[in-house]
Amino acid sequence: MSLLQVSGLGISFGGVKAVEDVSFAVAPGEIVSVIGPNGAGKTTLFNMISGIYLPGRGSVSLDGTDVTGVPPHRLAEMGLSRTFQNLQIFQEMTVLDNVLAGYHLSERGSVWADLLSLPGMRRRAARARAGAHQLLKRVRLDDKADQIAGNLSYGALKRLEIARALALEPRILLLDEPAAGCNAVETEEIDHLIAELSASGIAILLVEHDMKLVMRISNHIVVLDHGEKIAEGEPSTVSRDPAVIAAYLGTQEEEQADADG
Amino acid sequence: MMAGRGKWISLAVLALLIGLLPLVFPSGYYFRVGALIFVNALSVIGLVILIGYAGQISLGHAGFAGIGAYACALAPEHLGLHPLLSLVLGAGISAAMAALIGKPILRLKGYYLAVATLGFGILVSMILTNERALTGGPDGMNVADPGLRSLLRDMGWRLSGGEFWYGISGLVLLVGAWLALNLFDSPSGRAMRALHGSEVAAATVGVDVARQKLRAFVISAVYASVAGSLLALQNGYITPDVAGFLHSVEMVTMAVLGGVGSVLGATLGAAILTLLPQVLTVFAEYEQLVLGLVMVLVMIFLPQGLLPSIARRLKGRDA
Repeated sequence: MSLLQVSGLGISFGGVKAVEDVSFAVAPGEIVSVIGPNGAGKTTLFNMISGIYLPGRGSVSLDGTDVTGVPPHRLAEMGLSRTFQNLQIFQEMTVLDNVLAGYHLSERGSVWADLLSLPGMRRRAARARAGAHQLLKRVRLDDKADQIAGNLSYGALKRLEIARALALEPRILLLDEPAAGCNAVETEEIDHLIAELSASGIAILLVEHDMKLVMRISNHIVVLDHGEKIAEGEPSTVSRDPAVIAAYLGTQEEEQADADG
Repeated sequence: MMAGRGKWISLAVLALLIGLLPLVFPSGYYFRVGALIFVNALSVIGLVILIGYAGQISLGHAGFAGIGAYACALAPEHLGLHPLLSLVLGAGISAAMAALIGKPILRLKGYYLAVATLGFGILVSMILTNERALTGGPDGMNVADPGLRSLLRDMGWRLSGGEFWYGISGLVLLVGAWLALNLFDSPSGRAMRALHGSEVAAATVGVDVARQKLRAFVISAVYASVAGSLLALQNGYITPDVAGFLHSVEMVTMAVLGGVGSVLGATLGAAILTLLPQVLTVFAEYEQLVLGLVMVLVMIFLPQGLLPSIARRLKGRDA
C-alpha cells in the first residue's frame, strides 16, 4: 500500500497554472524521483505536499488519511519531513541546536518545565542530544557540533538539513535537490545515505538535477514539464521516453515557437 | 553558545555584581539607582526572550509595565489585596492581555507587528491618563507599602528603603535571568530561536510557529508587568509615564544596546541607560534624542549589541 498518495494536485499563481493535475504514489522504502526542466513545478509540488502551499485542486493523503491543506507542523507530527532547495538553516544556532530543533516533537513538554529546567525536560533534552550526536556522526558533522551553523560550507549545510529532517524519525522524507552544489564525493555520500534510509523503510520523494544519481537510485520516476506530468515509470523506461527527451532537449517546433514568441 | 556551563557563569557574574556593588557605593542613594537598574533589566530580559530568541518586535511593552504598576496601586485599595498578590494579579492580567492581543497581532510580521504593539501601549497609557477618578490621571497615584520591610525590622533586620528594594529587585532579577537562561537551552527556547531563523523550516520540524511566538510574547509581557509592579512598590508612587511610548522605546534601546540575544547584555544595556541620566542631568531633557542616537549608533557600529561584540573581540573572531 502506498504511504503517500498525490491525486490530481494543482495550483495557480495569478492565473498561471504552476502545477496541473499531477498524481503519483510513494510506498514505504521506495525512492520516487520528480524530475523536469527548471521551472517545471517540482518545488511547487513539494511545497503543496509538505503543507507550505495550499493546493488549489486535488488531494494529498498520507497513510490513507486526507492531509490536503494540513499545516506543515501537523504533517511533521504525522511523519512527513523535508529539506529545502534553497537552504533553510537556523543560521545563528549551533550545528547541534539545528539538529535538536528537529527533535522538537519528541523533546517538547510544558513551558513550565522549560522555564524551571525541571528534570523531565532535562531527561527529554538529554535523550534528544544523544540522538542528535548520532545523526551528526552519520552525516560526518559531529566534529562541528558546537560551531555556529552559518559558518559551515554549503555541502555541510546540505548534510545538516538532512540530519535535521531525520531527527523527526520520518516515515516519508522529501529531499529537494540534496546534491545540488555538492562535489562528486559528497554526492556519492548522499547517494549512500538515501539508499540506507530507503532500506530502513523510509519512503523517499526526491527532486534532483543530477541525472546519474536519479537514474541510479530511483525505483520510480515522475517527469514534470510546464507543471504537468508528462511521463512516469522505471528509470530505464523514462530515460527513453520521447516526451521526456523532448522536454529536456527541446523540439524543433518548440524552438520555433520560442523564436516567434 | 550559551549552553549548560554558560548559564551558571552568567548567573554567577550577575549574582556577584549584585552582591558586591554595594561595597563601592559612595552613598545610600545608589541603592535606589541599583534597584532601578535591576527593575529595568528585568523588563529588558523579557524583551530578550521576545526579540532575541523569537525574533518578534514590540514597541508597546511599557503597556504591560503599566498594567503591573497600576495593579499594585489599585488592587490593594479597591480589592483589599496584599500588594504582593496584586503583583501576581497584574502579571496574570498582563499574560491574559498578551494572549488575547497576541493571537491576531503575531500573525503580522515586521513593521505591522511593531505598529500593532505600539497601538496597544498607547491605548494603555491613554486609559491610565484619562481615567482620573480611578488612577489620578497624569499626576499619578500613591502605592501602598507592602509592609515587608517592617516585617524584617520586627525580626531585627534594619534596612533602609533603598537597601531593601535593592535586595528584592536584585533577587527578582536573578530569578528572571535564571528562567530566561533555562528557556534558552530548552525545547521551547530552541523552537523560538528556530522560528527566528526560518519560520518555514521551524514549521517543517513540527514547531507550531504561531503558538511559540505567542508563548514568547506572553512570557515577555509577564516580565514587563512584574518589573512595572516592582517599580511602583519601590517608589511608592506611580504615574502613567510608566506605560508611555518613551518607556517602550527605552526598553527596546536597552535591549539593543546590550545585545538583544544575551541576558547579561540586557542587564548591561539597562545599567548604562539607567545610569546615564543620573550622571548627566542634561540627559533627562534630551532623553529622546539620546535614545535615538544610541539606537542609530548601535545599529551601525555594533549591530549585535555591546556584550556579544565585546565577547567576540575577546575570543579573537572565532572561525
